[in-house]
Amino acid sequence: MPTRHRRLTLAEHSATAHQFDDMAQQYEAGQLGMWVFLMTEIMFFGGMIIAYIVYRGAYPQSFAAGSHHLDLTLGTINTVVLIGSSLTMAMAVYAAQMGQRRTLVMYLLVTLGLGLIFLSIKAVEYASKFESQLVPGPRFHFEGDHGEHAELFFSLYFVMTGMHALHMVIGMGLMIVFAWQAWRGRFSATSNAPIEFMGLYWHFVDIVWIFLFPLLYLLGRH
Amino acid sequence: MAQHIVTPKTYLQVFAALMVLTATTVGVAFIDWGALNTVIALVIAVTKAILVVLIFMHVRYSSQLTRIVIGGGVCWLLLLIALTLSDYLTRGWQAVMGW
Repeated sequence: MPTRHRRLTLAEHSATAHQFDDMAQQYEAGQLGMWVFLMTEIMFFGGMIIAYIVYRGAYPQSFAAGSHHLDLTLGTINTVVLIGSSLTMAMAVYAAQMGQRRTLVMYLLVTLGLGLIFLSIKAVEYASKFESQLVPGPRFHFEGDHGEHAELFFSLYFVMTGMHALHMVIGMGLMIVFAWQAWRGRFSATSNAPIEFMGLYWHFVDIVWIFLFPLLYLLGRH
Repeated sequence: MAQHIVTPKTYLQVFAALMVLTATTVGVAFIDWGALNTVIALVIAVTKAILVVLIFMHVRYSSQLTRIVIGGGVCWLLLLIALTLSDYLTRGWQAVMGW
């Protein structure tokens, strides 16, 4: 790859690791690396989704009956909350690119807050499943028809939403670290790639929910 | 390619489109479309995902190399789904000894 012969500014020089020619190359390498990681995540969630598709095909009535016990209102609110958090994350990236330190910290904290709201609503939903004995295990008890394989539906429900929630907890941990670093002035208009790469992760978690929501909540509503 | 800056206006438009699509997918779920139920829900979900990937995740403005990696990953996911279903969906087609 031909090297561009341009003298780096002092700020660029200190922000570029020595294996890279310039900021642009370093940025692109980081972006590519983040996407390779996200592709492994797609395969991870893809495995659970194909398991869901196969068992739903095998026991359609049990899955529809199980889905009816999920709270559509809370599920819809959570979808809006999570997509909203993607918007505030995107705005955080914009603020970072503009070099607006306080706005960046503010948007990161709003995104963190929306993540907390999502997980709180999820906790309420989980608690009600424990109360109505819909958690797979020895105490599982399903009222109504087609209950034979409803336990399978709830196993998949808890694994898929649980892994999704774990990813959110990790993302929120990163959010706290980056909000702290942003407050300390680590990022600038010319050096903010970590914020954008964390944004990629957060949007990915949003996309997973975009698929989980119709698969789990909207099945057999008509 | 250096960073491309997407304006807040574009982000807000995408957010509005995502909200409309969310309302649509919830609304149409209460109507029985027969075999098309799952297809409609998934088409809306894929549309939402593409919007997020292209604008929020800046893929519309990223390098060819990044796009190839993403395309490869999606192909791998489709392989996983297609090969698994080609097994499970065809098991009933023929009586097999021992099944």
